[in-house]
Amino acid sequence: MLLIHCPYCGEARPELEFRHAGEAHVARPVGADVGDEDFEAFLFLRANPKGIVFERWRHIHGCGRFFNAARDTVSDRFLVTYKAGDKAPADIEGGRV
Amino acid sequence: MADMLPRDEILEGRMVEGEGVTVMPAAPASRLSLRAPEKSLASLSKALGLELPTNPKSSATVGSRAALWLGPDEWLVIEGSGAALAAACARVKAFHAAVDISHRNTGLIVSGPRCADVLNAGCPQDLSLAAFPVGAASRTVLGKAEAVLWRTARDAFRVECWRSFADYVFMLLEAAARDV
Ligand SMILES: [Zn+2]
Repeated sequence: MLLIHCPYCGEARPELEFRHAGEAHVARPVGADVGDEDFEAFLFLRANPKGIVFERWRHIHGCGRFFNAARDTVSDRFLVTYKAGDKAPADIEGGRV
Repeated sequence: MADMLPRDEILEGRMVEGEGVTVMPAAPASRLSLRAPEKSLASLSKALGLELPTNPKSSATVGSRAALWLGPDEWLVIEGSGAALAAACARVKAFHAAVDISHRNTGLIVSGPRCADVLNAGCPQDLSLAAFPVGAASRTVLGKAEAVLWRTARDAFRVECWRSFADYVFMLLEAAARDV
């Protein structure tokens, strides 16, 4: 079984306790000149690349917390997980934030 | 709680005795779902009479009362004597949310040298003594149900699940006790 490291529980736990929650670091557009296209991008447009993605995950059947993860969609390997609110690690090769 | 309605225990009278494992319902208890930020913990701990644990997967026990860490701001408090837990927290001025879930959950005791093996039939977590020592507690999955596991002794776990899942969880453990 795939093990996912929860940054709040501090250990690797079975994937059955987790739920995927979409792309991470999607920032809500702010400002007076925000238009429909900005909101279209915010609400609907996702990168979905083949390779390394930054995603939100939730330890729903564990501590309940959302956190972020960098995962390789080719190998399904988790490269790193980090707490919600933390910046994406810059040293992940090929990652898009 | 004094004003609690009398209610049939859902697993009343049911018990499984397999090879090296016994599954039976836990005695009725009062339970509290407690959510609170770090700065409220001191006053809540004082009101509840135990130190709310802050380490993941840990618990604190004083007499018949226990607090299990479920998340960074969430605890399951179990009181075996029937004393009112929500009333104890109601006096606390510090910010918190305390919900009486005495009847939402039901408890099972899984004991015997093969208790971890039987739970592992439905729970994917590592329940070895090294990874899940005595006193460890965690919310996890048990088959298709969500449950909280708490290792109360080397050879004993308390399983807390929702009352509506109790029949399913019991039968899952019953089948596991037969097969493990
Ligand atoms: Zn967690």
